[in-house]
Amino acid sequence: MARQSTIRTEAAAVVTTRHLSLGRSRVRAAWLFLAPMLLVLLLVAGWPLARTIYFGFTDADLSDLSSYEFIGFANYLEYDEGEWYGLLADPDWWNAARNTLYFAVISVSIETTLGLIIALALNASFPGRSILRAAVLIPWAIPTVVSAKMWGWMLHDQFGVLNDMLLGLGIIAQPVAWTADPDLAMAAVIMVDVWKTTPFMALLILAGLQMLPSDCYEAARVDGVHPVKVFFRITLPLIRPAIMVAVIFRLLDALRIFDLIYVLTSNSADTMSMSVYARQQLVDFQAVGYGSAASTLLFMVIAVLTVIYIVAGRVNLGEGGR
Amino acid sequence: MAEVVLSGIRKSFGEVETIHGVDLTISDREFVVFVGPSGCGKSTLLRLIAGLEEITAGEMTIDGQMVNELPPAQRGIAMVFQSYALYPHMTVYDNMAFGLKLAKASKETIDERVRRAAGILQIDHLLERKPKEMSGGQRQRVAIGRAIVREPKVFLFDEPLSNLDAALRVQTRIELAKLHEDMAATMVYVTHDQIEAMTLADKIVVLNAGNVEQIGSPLELYHHPNNLFVAGFIGSPKMNFVKGSIAAVDQSTVEVALPGETRVRIAVKVDGAKSGDAVTLGVRPEHLSAGGGDSQLIGRVDVVEQLGDSNLAYLKLPDGETVVVRSEGDAKVREGDQMPAGLDTSQCHIFNASGAALPRVTQ
Repeated sequence: MARQSTIRTEAAAVVTTRHLSLGRSRVRAAWLFLAPMLLVLLLVAGWPLARTIYFGFTDADLSDLSSYEFIGFANYLEYDEGEWYGLLADPDWWNAARNTLYFAVISVSIETTLGLIIALALNASFPGRSILRAAVLIPWAIPTVVSAKMWGWMLHDQFGVLNDMLLGLGIIAQPVAWTADPDLAMAAVIMVDVWKTTPFMALLILAGLQMLPSDCYEAARVDGVHPVKVFFRITLPLIRPAIMVAVIFRLLDALRIFDLIYVLTSNSADTMSMSVYARQQLVDFQAVGYGSAASTLLFMVIAVLTVIYIVAGRVNLGEGGR
Repeated sequence: MAEVVLSGIRKSFGEVETIHGVDLTISDREFVVFVGPSGCGKSTLLRLIAGLEEITAGEMTIDGQMVNELPPAQRGIAMVFQSYALYPHMTVYDNMAFGLKLAKASKETIDERVRRAAGILQIDHLLERKPKEMSGGQRQRVAIGRAIVREPKVFLFDEPLSNLDAALRVQTRIELAKLHEDMAATMVYVTHDQIEAMTLADKIVVLNAGNVEQIGSPLELYHHPNNLFVAGFIGSPKMNFVKGSIAAVDQSTVEVALPGETRVRIAVKVDGAKSGDAVTLGVRPEHLSAGGGDSQLIGRVDVVEQLGDSNLAYLKLPDGETVVVRSEGDAKVREGDQMPAGLDTSQCHIFNASGAALPRVTQ
């Protein structure tokens, strides 16, 4: 009897260890597969980020990166002889931050609205729908620098096709400097961004629309729900998760906007975004320390805004937004 | 009050006509079941009544009012969908209240009606749940509840039980029958399951390929099918068909010669049938007996299915046809045996070459 029970215990022990080691080897395999990815991420994202944050606390200069001194938070804020210095006291930085937020909110709002309308149109069945779906994507497929240059020429005050057309139609009396006029520059930038990224929005929302159950709409017809109410009470709540995910993608993109603004309007203060400001400090003024501090702050701003958005919007990124 | 009348209803999708002229009167408080194989047009017919599809030709009235051009909401109907069609983002309460809310009913009315419907269906405790937090059976109840809340003149059910498991289907079927009794409303029900049709209906409409094959009470269809299609569709296991020819005809009976020298004399309206016509003899498995009967078909037992309460023996006749015999559960039937299947001639049906029944004369 005793022997038998011992054998049984041993057998159980063998089974348990086997079970444990199976679990452990699975975990090991998982890490093994993840390792190359983690290594690459560490090299291309982790290292530059850490270095930038570190430089933000130094007075490094682009002309000589080998010698610099640690200066604490001086790049961010410093009180010296009755005056405040540093990023947080720089009106140019706050101007850039304001521009960026303004650009992000306005352009993403317009893109979402237009994207939703286009998605609803593309969701209806009509002949040639798939060709149109592909065609709509073209602006998104063109590299930003190319489309920005393209629009730069179209918006050109002397040779631009837009001025030519508007003059021809008699809408304007004299050529308009779209990208140089302080009142119009931001509007021009937003217009080009809307042109470029609305297709992306439309496609993400279209994907959400295609997952909607069609029988609900028949039930709504039997219930006698007006089509406008169907949209606001059924369609919109059901695709809200898809829209929220699309908006967060676009918002992250818009907050770090650089290429479009830099190509269209260069270093103009009217349109300068936080990224353009950081580049100007880093490259034009050679102030690696100060520019790094600006980059770090930009990173923090985006991170905080994203967290606020996810929490406030109860966005569920885990289940594909469902 | 809520009589539904269809006259000459046709429906085409583009060039293809799927409903070929249906005439049907559904009386007030009647439970009518549309039954037929998939693709026969039964769901389309229901959707035409609902107003979810446009009528191509013909006229439809509900409660005396012509409804051809009316949208679903103004027809006084409520529909229960096969897939429930609940609004996924709303609670059970909101799902049921949604239509009334948008119709601007008062809060008290909405609350009273929703709670009463929930009481009838015993879903009071689920009112705050979302559809995805419920089982299929519970969702189906909510869908029915949503229909009740509308207080329609006519309830329309589109295969409401086909997504439920077998046990739940039987239970819900009984509840639906009770609901019909309690609500005293007109109900139209679509199913492909002839058992649902037999158990629920006051009147069954058998559809096939867009045509009405027969309209009648369940027992009428069972005992007096108009044609081969209805005979084969109603009843389970399905009716046996044996090919034969008319050997002799007199005033009120027809003698049919069957394979294997068997002859049966059956009382039918003769209707111009004459000697030598090819006919099909139909007899249900439950009307065949192992031995005995007025005359017999003899075959070899191919397969025996034991159902407990009865046995189904599949007999292979000498000409290769198979007939099914239902016998008592404890009957000793073994595969490979020669077995005589006794025919009760008062329960036999005769169909002519075009499939139409010679009407039976029953005493």
